This record gives sequence, structure tokens and C-alpha cells, in this order.
Amino acid sequence: MQRYFSRKLIIYALTFFLAVTIDWMIPRFMPGDPIRNMLTRVSVSSNPSAIQMMYDYYTHLFGLDLPLWQQYLNFWNSLLHGDIGISTYLFPTPVTDVLWRAVPYDIFLLVPAILLSWYAGNKFGAFAARSKWLDNTISPLGYILTATPYMWLGILLAWFFGIVWGIFPIAGAYSFNMQPHLSWAFIGSIFHHWFLPFASLFLVGFGGWAIGMRNMIIYELEADYSHYLEALGAPRKLIRQYAFRNGILPQITGLALQLGVIVAGALVTEVVFSYPGIGYLLLAAIQNQDYFLIQGCFLFIIIGVLLSNFIIDIVYVLVDPRTRRGMTGESA
Amino acid sequence: MSLQVDNLRVYYQTLRGDVKALDGATFTLADGEIMGLAGESGCGKTTLGHSLIRLALPMRFIEGRVTLDGEELPIWDTEKMNDFRFKKISIIPQYAMNAMNPTRKIGRMTAELLGSRKVDFKDILPELKRRLDLVKLSHDVLDMYPIELSGGMKQRMVMVLSTLLDPSLLIADEITSALDVSSQKAVAEMLVEFRNRKCCNSAIVITHDISILYQIADSIMVMYAGQLAEKASTETIIHAPRHPYTKLLISSLPEVGVKYTERRLTGIPGNPPLLLDPPVGCRFRERCPIAFEKCIEIPPFVEIEPGHFIACWKEAGTHAQA
Repeated sequence: MQRYFSRKLIIYALTFFLAVTIDWMIPRFMPGDPIRNMLTRVSVSSNPSAIQMMYDYYTHLFGLDLPLWQQYLNFWNSLLHGDIGISTYLFPTPVTDVLWRAVPYDIFLLVPAILLSWYAGNKFGAFAARSKWLDNTISPLGYILTATPYMWLGILLAWFFGIVWGIFPIAGAYSFNMQPHLSWAFIGSIFHHWFLPFASLFLVGFGGWAIGMRNMIIYELEADYSHYLEALGAPRKLIRQYAFRNGILPQITGLALQLGVIVAGALVTEVVFSYPGIGYLLLAAIQNQDYFLIQGCFLFIIIGVLLSNFIIDIVYVLVDPRTRRGMTGESA
Repeated sequence: MSLQVDNLRVYYQTLRGDVKALDGATFTLADGEIMGLAGESGCGKTTLGHSLIRLALPMRFIEGRVTLDGEELPIWDTEKMNDFRFKKISIIPQYAMNAMNPTRKIGRMTAELLGSRKVDFKDILPELKRRLDLVKLSHDVLDMYPIELSGGMKQRMVMVLSTLLDPSLLIADEITSALDVSSQKAVAEMLVEFRNRKCCNSAIVITHDISILYQIADSIMVMYAGQLAEKASTETIIHAPRHPYTKLLISSLPEVGVKYTERRLTGIPGNPPLLLDPPVGCRFRERCPIAFEKCIEIPPFVEIEPGHFIACWKEAGTHAQA
């Protein structure tokens, strides 16, 4: 047990190191310059020498005048001290603050969308499998849903519910004439704005999970142990229960991967609905060449993916006895 | 009379038409009889065995009557058959290695299976433990997952599981095929032991390994291309077969003390016919050394001596005419 987890931990540490290195490199590969970008945006002065002075000052402040290897070491050094820098786009807010402001929106939008679509999709897929009538009507619908790009469905929903029928707002996380505060009106507004992005994510996810589960159940019902139970006259209910439990295993892995990218937000969905989560922030950071904010966003994603994978490793040990044997070092 | 099968026909539905895998089987099985069912691959022996307990698609019931202990089995009705399965008729499947749910402990799976059949696990636990002793399995297996058992152990576990409710008829489908030679003999003898202890009344042992049948079977039924060829006591089939197919089949087995470098072991020339469109008349006609004009008609499966049945115009001779 201990050997299994220590080995896993080493692999995760190595992955973290490589991923963070790439995360540091990516923004620096972009053409352009965050400081100049920042100064242009603020347009403090039209005096070229003043601009040059400020440019030098800020470049030095952000440590961007150092050689790359030095920047890289400094980056790790401050990262290990819990400092991921200051945003140039939202200067002088620390990146951590910017991210913390966006994360609640992501969690509020994505956790329900992912979990509910997972739960409903699996239940429904299992239900539809092997029932001719449902399989013929729902499966094609599932395929269409899962093949639909999130943002396209989002745009459709926004168009019909927001523009044509005007039932739901199509931008922001709450009404533009409100300030965040604790009141029923505000909470209502939050949910009102949340519904469309949620629905677009839920529907696409639902289709995918339902199709996946349907196929898994059919596979499990054709497995030898199912046939044996049938031959011994076990009721359909018991056989389906076993099939569901075994069919859900790959779905758990899928869920873990999805939960991991929660912090990444659903970039395009958030862009379509101007929903202020990490995805929306990431786009803004890239457009403004905000090295530190991009790094921060990706760092969140990396940690999220690794953490959820690690949790799933543990969950698997609990739900699938076959992985337990691999842990003791025996060849599987 | 334990089992009586009358003119049973079971076809496989395919896109190209029906594959006539079992075409008119009529036989009986006495109380306490272990009958070996032999024949080459694709002759319909597994189809016969499975159709008695779980006739599922693509298998299609055409006609026939199956009576077990005086009760007719509704083998064409999957739902109604559930009352008989496990309690009256049971199977040790060919895939015994994968027959148990991999994510359930064996004891728990057994309890859930019994519970679903309205049998209390606690009542049967002492008997279950006795039978585990019988097949030399530790009681700890109940607390293990199937992957923790070896192939032979799984085979024995499934054997215990299948016979737990003392079925009247046990179908053992290729139970020794996946085992090494030493386990083969042990498993085969356990089957006889189970019968002797009344864990099952009678059994049909499906196999292509006639040497195993010689050790354990009371009688052997030989099938060819979806039809019955010959049924007789084991001694008769091995030492005095009458059907030309059985003769060739037995003579193609190696014998102890014979050096096959001097005399080559012969097979049966030709291949069995495709059952999608089987030849009319006797299906062995094409490969039969003694075929004659009469073989264009289907030979009846007649009793030429007490307990010796054969489907051949030439050998049955006057019996077939009558």
C-alpha cells in the first residue's frame, strides 16, 4: 500500500515539475511584450522618453530584464514561497487575488454541470441500454448532443432563450445594475444568469455520459458472469446491478479528468456568456500578454488535474479489487 | 427417467438464414446417469446443453419437448424457465474462469445470488462449507475476489456454486478443457463424487475429450452435424461402436502401447458439412465409408439393443425398417 502510494507520489511530483516548466515557457513563446502592452493600455504619457523610463522600471520590477535561466529559477523560487506574481493586465492586483475572485464562479457553474450530467447520463444510459424503444430514440439524441460543440449549443441557447424569447440573460454572472451582496434578489439574479451556461454544459455532458454508459452496460451484459447469472435464473435486477457497478468504473476515470479541468473553466462557454470564471480570465490574460496571470491560470489547471487524478487513484483502490492486487507489486 | 428430450430442434438465426445446429434430438437420461456428450467442434453439443437451460438469442427454438422429472420445461420461455434454473437444472459453463463477477467477493456474490432466488444464505452456509471441503477449497475463498483464485480453483468454486441447490440435472460444459491434465482428472472425479453424494441427480458432460468420458461417464452420446449419431454405455461406445462415425472417431484416438511412428494415427477424411444448408439424408453420408443409396433419407435414431441407440441405415438394418 505504502509502496504504491509513494511510487504514485513520485510520478505526480515529476509530472508537476514538467507541467509547471511548460507553463512557464508557454507565455514567453508569445510574440509581444507584457509591459509595453500594459503601458499602452494605460497610455500614461505621450512623451517617448517618459514611456521608456517607465518601461525600464516595470521590466526591472517584474524581473523580465534578467536572462531567461535566471527568470526561470526566480519563478520556481517565488512559486515555492507561494507567490505567483502580480497581474500586468489588472495591475497591481496579485494574480492569486484575481484567481480567487474567478474560481467561485467556475465551481458554481462547473461542479453542478459535471456532476449532474455524470449522474443523470449514467443512470439514463444504463436505463436505455437493452430497451429497444428507448435505445432507438435516446441514443441518436445522445450522439447528437455529445457531438455538439459546447459553444455552439451555448450560442443557440443564448439566441433562443435570451434574444428570441428573452427568458434568460445572456451575459455576466449577475445583473449589471447590482453589486454583489447577500439578498434574495441577488441570489435570484445569480441563478438566472447561471442557468444558460449550465444548461449548455449539462446537455453536452449528459449526451456523452449516456452514450458511454449505454455501451458499457451492453458490454457488461454480454460478459460471461452475466450469462452465468442468467443461466442460474438470477433476476434481471441483480444482473443489471452488477453490470452497472462494473460499467461505472471507466466512467469514474472520465469524471476525474473532467473535475480536474474545472478550474480551467469551460473557456468557450464562459466567453459566449461573458461568465467571469477562470476560462474567461485566461482569454483576457492571453489577449493582454499577462505572463503571470496565464501562468497562474495554468498552474490552477495543473494542480486540479493532478489532484483529481490522485483522488481517483484512491477511489479506484476502494471500488475495484483488481487494482488492489497491482498495489502489492504483483504483476497484474 | 430423469430427463426426456423429444425431437428438439434449435436453430441459430443469422443474416444468411438459419443454422441448423440442433436438428431433432431425441434421447433420455436415467436417474443418476452421467452421460457424456461427444463430437467435434460445431456438431451442436454445446447448443444442446445450453438450449436446455438458457436458450438465448441468436438461438431460436423450433420445436421439441423437454421433460425433467415428469415436468415439461418451458425452454422457449426465458422468464418461465427461471423457476427451474439453478433449482432443477443447472450448468457449469465453459467459461467458468470468468463466470464470477470480478468486483464482488465470492461469498457476497453467492449470498446475493441465493437471496435473489429466495434462498437464505445462512441456512445453506454449512452445506456450502462441506462442499468446499469436498472440492478441497479453503473456506477463505468466500472472502476473496475471483481474481485471487487460480483457474482450477475458480473451476471448482463454480462447480460448487452451480450445484448448491442440488439440481436434478447438471450440464457440465467443457469443464476440463481449460485445465492442465492433472487438474482435469481431479475435476472429473469430483463431478462423479457430486453425483454419488446426490448434489445432482444426473449430469450431461459436454466434451470433445473422450478419454475423460471413459473415466467418468456411464453412457456416451455421439453427435454429428447437429444430429444424434449413437448413444450407448461407455463400454459399448469405446469397445464396440456401431455407427461408422463413432468407429472412425474412436479409432482416431491414440492408444496406450501403440507406436504411432510405425502406424500413423488416422483421422476422418473430409470436413463436417456447413449447417446453414446441411445435406439431405444422413449428414455423415459424404464422409462415410459404407454409405449406400438408402442414406439419402434421414436415418431414424433407433434402439438396436437395450440402451444402445444408433442412427444408421446400414448398421441398424432391420431395426430401422421396422
